[in-house]
Amino acid sequence: MSESLAITKFSDLANPTRFLGLAARIIPWLGCLTAVLFGVGLYLSFTTQGDYQQGSTVRIMYVHVPAAWLSMMCYSVMALSAIGTLVWRHPLADVSHKAAAPLGAAFTLIALATGALWGKPMWGTWWVWDARLTSVFILFLMYLGLIALNRALDDPSRGARLSAVLILVGFVNIPIIKFSVEWWNTLHQPASVMRLDGPTIDNEFLIPLLVMAFAFTFLFFTLHLMAMRNEIWRRRVTAQRRMAARMAGREL
Amino acid sequence: MSHGFYIALSYGSAAVIVALLIGWVWLDGRARRRELAELEAAGIHRRSADARKGGSA
Repeated sequence: MSESLAITKFSDLANPTRFLGLAARIIPWLGCLTAVLFGVGLYLSFTTQGDYQQGSTVRIMYVHVPAAWLSMMCYSVMALSAIGTLVWRHPLADVSHKAAAPLGAAFTLIALATGALWGKPMWGTWWVWDARLTSVFILFLMYLGLIALNRALDDPSRGARLSAVLILVGFVNIPIIKFSVEWWNTLHQPASVMRLDGPTIDNEFLIPLLVMAFAFTFLFFTLHLMAMRNEIWRRRVTAQRRMAARMAGREL
Repeated sequence: MSHGFYIALSYGSAAVIVALLIGWVWLDGRARRRELAELEAAGIHRRSADARKGGSA
């Protein structure tokens, strides 16, 4: 009984019109929460102490690390959506991974740019072709490739299946990024927050980092819902124009 | 270059990318809403919307 209720609720969400109604209610709240979290996060980022070795440049961590996390989380959301497209043919799954790709590309670009700007004063170089940096650069190229593929194909359902297969093949890069600092010798430092034995950084840095991470995460979900809504509207415009063209053809 | 330069450039570049992203998503939504309103004004409705109107009439 409760299982069938859960399935009914899930299939209710599959209805784009219901999704649009839900998105309209949620987006303003998510947007406000994101703004508040960024306000608190930025205040903490600039009022906490500098590191005894890195000095003030440790503040770059508060944008670099959340953006890097989001670059991987966004791809994971796309991989789940790709499964939704290929296995369940969920109507919103292909809308979800198509809408997420530009967001993932933007967060990866922030991670790459702020990483270079942190690397120059700390390592003495903007860039090295080591395992972590190269695998994140490959992730950025994969996002760009998926955006180009989504724009190149006219048939959305065929394009979605092709994109979904490529997303799942490309998912192999996510564990490579995560464990690259353990599997290979790299200039990049190993994980210091997401560890089995707990974070190794002091609360002075951990608290602003987590607040900024939540701010970036809520920003992603707000923009993802908005971009999904835009994609549904775009498909409705295309369908209605096609219908209008058919009606005009019949009148002739 | 001082450390302040790298910090300012990091936050500045992140802010510019986030602002462009928000602007793009918002403008895209506004353009799609306008297109749907134009189609509606021209009397072109979705079939499901027509069915709903017919059912409620």
